[in-house]
Amino acid sequence: MATTALPGHNYLQDDASTVGAWFKSWFLTVDHKRIALLYLLSINVFFLLGGLAATVIRVELITPQGDLLSADLYNRAFTLHGIIMVFFFLIPGTPAVLGNFLVPLMIGARDMAFPRLNLFSWYLYMAGGLFALTAAIFGGVDTGWTFYTPFSSTYANSNVILTIAGAFIMGFSSIATGVNFIVTIHTMRAPGMTWFRLPLFIWSSYATSLIIVLATPVVGITLLLVAIERIWGVGIFDPALGGDPLLFQHLFWFYSHPAVYIMILPGFGVISELIAAFSRKRVFGYEFIAFSSMAIALLGFLVWGHHMFVSGQSVYAGLVFSFLTMLVAIPSAIKIFNWTATLYKGSISYRTPMLYALGFMGLFVIGGLTGIFLGIVAIDIHVTDTYFVVAHFHYVMVGGAIMAYLGGIHYWWPKMTGRMYSEVWGGISALIIFVGFNMTFFPQFVVGYLGMPRRYHVYPEEFQVLHVLSSAGATILAIGFIIPIIYLTLSLWTGKEAGNNPWDATGLEWQVSSPPPTHNFLEIPVVTTEAYAYAPDAAEQDAANWRPGSPL
Amino acid sequence: MRDFPLFPEQASTFAGPVDALYWTLVGLSLIFGGVLPFIILYLMVRYHRSQKADRTNQVHSSLPLELTWTVIPLVLVLAVFFWGAFLYIEIRNPPDRSLEIYVIGKQWMWHVQHPNGKRENNELHVPIGQPVRLVMTSQDVIHSFYIPAFRVKQDVLPGRYTTMWFEATEPGEYHLFCAEYCGTEHSLMVGRVVAMRMADYERWLTTPGEIILPDGSTGGAVASPLVGAIGDPMVLAGSQLFATGLGCASCHRNDGLGIGPNLEGIYGTEVRLDNGELVFADENYLRESILNPAAKVATGYANVMPTYDGQVSEDQMNQLLAYLKSLGAADAE
Repeated sequence: MATTALPGHNYLQDDASTVGAWFKSWFLTVDHKRIALLYLLSINVFFLLGGLAATVIRVELITPQGDLLSADLYNRAFTLHGIIMVFFFLIPGTPAVLGNFLVPLMIGARDMAFPRLNLFSWYLYMAGGLFALTAAIFGGVDTGWTFYTPFSSTYANSNVILTIAGAFIMGFSSIATGVNFIVTIHTMRAPGMTWFRLPLFIWSSYATSLIIVLATPVVGITLLLVAIERIWGVGIFDPALGGDPLLFQHLFWFYSHPAVYIMILPGFGVISELIAAFSRKRVFGYEFIAFSSMAIALLGFLVWGHHMFVSGQSVYAGLVFSFLTMLVAIPSAIKIFNWTATLYKGSISYRTPMLYALGFMGLFVIGGLTGIFLGIVAIDIHVTDTYFVVAHFHYVMVGGAIMAYLGGIHYWWPKMTGRMYSEVWGGISALIIFVGFNMTFFPQFVVGYLGMPRRYHVYPEEFQVLHVLSSAGATILAIGFIIPIIYLTLSLWTGKEAGNNPWDATGLEWQVSSPPPTHNFLEIPVVTTEAYAYAPDAAEQDAANWRPGSPL
Repeated sequence: MRDFPLFPEQASTFAGPVDALYWTLVGLSLIFGGVLPFIILYLMVRYHRSQKADRTNQVHSSLPLELTWTVIPLVLVLAVFFWGAFLYIEIRNPPDRSLEIYVIGKQWMWHVQHPNGKRENNELHVPIGQPVRLVMTSQDVIHSFYIPAFRVKQDVLPGRYTTMWFEATEPGEYHLFCAEYCGTEHSLMVGRVVAMRMADYERWLTTPGEIILPDGSTGGAVASPLVGAIGDPMVLAGSQLFATGLGCASCHRNDGLGIGPNLEGIYGTEVRLDNGELVFADENYLRESILNPAAKVATGYANVMPTYDGQVSEDQMNQLLAYLKSLGAADAE
């Protein structure tokens, strides 16, 4: 019942005559675009599950007493929220969905370097997810997503092993994707696509993949060690068995701090694409944005100790990690300033993806700046393990990573599906998310500085007003997340045909039909221009052609 | 809403300096985080496609601009880093004449023993105007001792000591939280810190209260035969353990003629090991040498001491430490 027919021979079409063949054409596909859609569906299901856990947490925290959930259930709820959101949504999110779809298209390739490995990584992701969900169904796990020892290895009476197995398997999925991206970007660029003609999304995906490949094995080994101590009682982390509890934290954060950049770097890439397209000009300071991604990837490996300022590490270690943490602020600031400069003399339109990009800039600034607070040890001593930290990383993860993910989904949705969604609803939900997000997480900075510790099921009464505010904001935020699911789904049937290039953007992905043909390019393109090669008068022309009634 | 604070109370000597740094950062953040969004908003409106504006002569990169917005933030973050670093060093270095109080964390309570032997659970009474150093360990998982009004927090680990210090300034009652997630009743591992004038603190110390046993349970109001031992000053209890309870004194003789080294004055000094290394004899070294004597053997002595692992409770360990430290103090005076 499509209103208009989509162009023939696209990757979504099936010649399958039987249901079995149809299943095979999706679940055994090696087409990077179909795999991206498999990821899109599964990752969004996990996002909804994680969101459900968050809802339960926020409802419980409306009152200072523990009235909705028992302490045990509450602990399992925030653990589930953390594990699902970190391991099964944020880490794979942008790379596995947008990256899978876009990397070959953007560099002018017909697929990834290892298409079967790509499919395998989705199966690994699903297997990992299955373990984690099985653990949740059979009683859950109560260690927090951080699995701190010796609590996780010796004391917790919950499904630690099963959950760890899930995260462990999911790690291999990440590694497979990372290797695939690195090899693809190195070897499969179209003729003329030099490194400095690559879209910035590719630069950030490349930096992300390097982190994934170098850091993920460490967390795999670490989780394995926890399992070994838990099952066989080998003393690794528990001092009662002769182990060292801080060793776990060093190993865990050696991965998990870089993991933060696995979550946010692809988002940076998305934002660069959106700002250029909707300002109708080249990104300001292309090289600086590209190299700042690499700088963040490198520095990300040197700052894990800032999660351990009060853990008992030495004063010297604290000072060194604090100093290095300050340096991370610089490449992040460079990006924000360059994006802002891109707006200057552009012809800006407020289409849905751009609203997300602008929202991202506002929220990421707050997330980044509060990161400096936390990097200064004297302040971190007071606010670490309080809601200040919770607010900070939600500003980076939700305000940064998720805003960029949603912006990217809206930007490339016409390419993925061949159809446009409702701009009105798109704008409304972007606004709702922005307002709801700030209302949820800004009060948490205040209550955190007041001293409210995180992971508390019951809390002193004087914190209630701020918690109620936060829970009210979370309701608005939840509505903002549900609306896009509805109108994006509806657009599949009722959306206007998008055409090859609905945003009039540059980039190889916009030169093929929407949805793209199965093998992307009938003829491999030859690249002769830089990325974002908008004509010098593109912005001028765009503004001159604007008439009342044109899209805003 | 009778009680709805937006800023935490300031009740220690750290609270003022930490808040000053915090508000400076808030101010600097407002310059970036407050002004930048308005610049973005301005550009969004000024250069919206519906607006007539000059869009010619576009610039796509500018080294002077890039350097400006690299160097200015760098200078600012380094300035706040050094400010924070000096404050941090102060927070981590207790003054010499601190009052030492021993804290044991366990799922899910805090147990405290004062030097004169007085014990309390989930409460910490401290004098104001006097540096207090907490010597803390955990019996099970990692906990974290957090007093928001004092702006201090320190993780409490099993198998080793961590310490923190503060000087309370305002009499009053303050929240005590466990800040490191430690299991089911983590959010109930809370209590209060009572800061009192020195005279009140001394009166409180000498007033017999509820009888609290070393394991943290309360023994009821009736005196039991144990009272003498558990209520003893820590140094006295430690000296009894040293002399007879564990029999340390038969080898660690104070005339230097024993099989083991004379321990008088050892605390806070550097000890030469048989491999030539120097170690600082702090709480953690003394603890390790009792539980795992072979790990670091003092030079000139044979590795003959048996382990006391499993024979000394955390509570007794604290008393032994208090005693060993008192040996040093007696020499110094």
